[in-house]
Amino acid sequence: MDFEFLGQTFLKLLPGIPVTLELATVSLLLGACLALVFAVIRVRRIRPLNWLVIGYVYVFRGTPLLVQLFIIYYGLAQFPEIRNSFAWTYLREPYWCALLALVLNTAAYGSEILRGALLSVPRGQIMAAQACGMSGLLLFRRISFPIALRQALPAYGNEFILMIKATSLASLVTLADVTGIAARIIAETYRPVEVFVAAGTIYLTICYGLILLVRLAETRLNPDQRDPAPVARVGAARKEVTP
Amino acid sequence: MNQMTPPTQPDPIQPSAVSVRGLRKRYGALEVLKGIDFDARRGEVVSILGSSGSGKSTLLRCINMLEIPEAGTVTVDGTEIALVAQRGGGRRPADARAMDRMRARIGMVFQDFNLWSHKTVLGNVIEAPTHVQKRPRADCIAEARALLDKVGIADKADQYPARLSGGQQQRAAIARALAMNPTVMLFDEPTSALDPELVGEVLRVIRALAEEGRTMLIVTHEINFARDISDTVVFMNEGVIEESGPPEEVFAPGNNTRLARFIEG
Ligand SMILES: Nc1ncnc2c1ncn2[C@@H]1O[C@H](COP(=O)(O)OP(=O)(O)O)[C@@H](O)[C@H]1O
Ligand SMILES: [Mg+2]
Repeated sequence: MDFEFLGQTFLKLLPGIPVTLELATVSLLLGACLALVFAVIRVRRIRPLNWLVIGYVYVFRGTPLLVQLFIIYYGLAQFPEIRNSFAWTYLREPYWCALLALVLNTAAYGSEILRGALLSVPRGQIMAAQACGMSGLLLFRRISFPIALRQALPAYGNEFILMIKATSLASLVTLADVTGIAARIIAETYRPVEVFVAAGTIYLTICYGLILLVRLAETRLNPDQRDPAPVARVGAARKEVTP
Repeated sequence: MNQMTPPTQPDPIQPSAVSVRGLRKRYGALEVLKGIDFDARRGEVVSILGSSGSGKSTLLRCINMLEIPEAGTVTVDGTEIALVAQRGGGRRPADARAMDRMRARIGMVFQDFNLWSHKTVLGNVIEAPTHVQKRPRADCIAEARALLDKVGIADKADQYPARLSGGQQQRAAIARALAMNPTVMLFDEPTSALDPELVGEVLRVIRALAEEGRTMLIVTHEINFARDISDTVVFMNEGVIEESGPPEEVFAPGNNTRLARFIEG
């Protein structure tokens, strides 16, 4: 392996990091907001919207993100209604197409994660809140949502990581993210191994940072699990004695 | 003796704290409450006995409208909760806000505590006072600490429920209900989920509340406790109140009723 070339490549890939991070951050934030709305529609069975959400989740979970991206990027241009509409200012840009595909994709998965989490909120804790005179948005904001969020965080953390990696598909609609720049360097140099090792290292670093962040959020949100319970400590001590 | 004691007559001078008339509730084909008439005066302690499935929990839940009865009225502290027929059968509260206000004046203690797992004990106690009654946070905290001291878990204020024993959790739940300064307290088998050695600490707290003159409806299987602290004992069987009266009457020796056989076990 040519370490000098590896180092040069690494430096050339750096400008792609902000693009990758921006795609991931924006799509995860927007996707999570949409996911929450969709999850509430599903859990509350708000008709007929819940039927639309069920269909949408079915389609977006059942097809590859790449296919979704290509349909949005190449497919939408075929409709004169879209080409002539205000939305075309955005949809003709590869960046916005990639973002749209990523948002819609993560919102579908996210809504299922949040739906499961909302359904897992113990019925008794909701009844206790109702018995105190809470209802509607107050009850959701103060009780159901915080409990669901703690339940959802491990699975949603996983979704974060999948999305970081999914942004690499944006390179296929010409975006200069980490993978996009890597592909260009390969085309110029024909040295795919070094280039992909450098790109992979960058993704690994970003994902590792994210894992740490999610873990931090989990400990912040679950202070009752921060220090091990006395029982767990006894168990740990025993392990030390018997190797 | 008197097998079908009529419900306690409402005091014409002092209105009932809780008054239930003609209450009916069914789950599908199963009629769980078959016409309940029932009154609790201010300051009265009423124990509700009855075998499992006789409708005791359903009665309590109808009083604060966690279950909406098909027929009958519930009046708390002189205010009736208006229910209107809804499309597709059943009823719904005419005014959801009025129902929330009424619920805020009824404290409820559940069999399995139902403390909010994401909040500390103190957080549980101040939650509704600060967000439902919208009282100043500092006042709520001071009051909450006093209540926790009263139920004997002042040192657990900053703990999360998962770290507490069942008895401590139930006492925290009682403090949470008391923090709203309720007109009436409902207890649904408050000690049934507890290990035997933890029952006493919870019963002591409830007994102290009874001696303070709080209006309380207590569903319990602790017969001796019910006999000691109740002004009135109500015996439910298959969705009706089969017997009710002062403990010395309903527990009188030679009272050969279903209640007597229920107590025998
Ligand atoms: N949500 C519900 N759906 C269907 N049946 C119910 C429900 N809640 C209670 N029941 C039934 O109603 C009957 C009375 O229940 P409950 O009031 O809990 O009795 P108790 O508290 O006296 O043991 C039982 O047969 C129970 O199975
Ligand atoms: Mg019950």
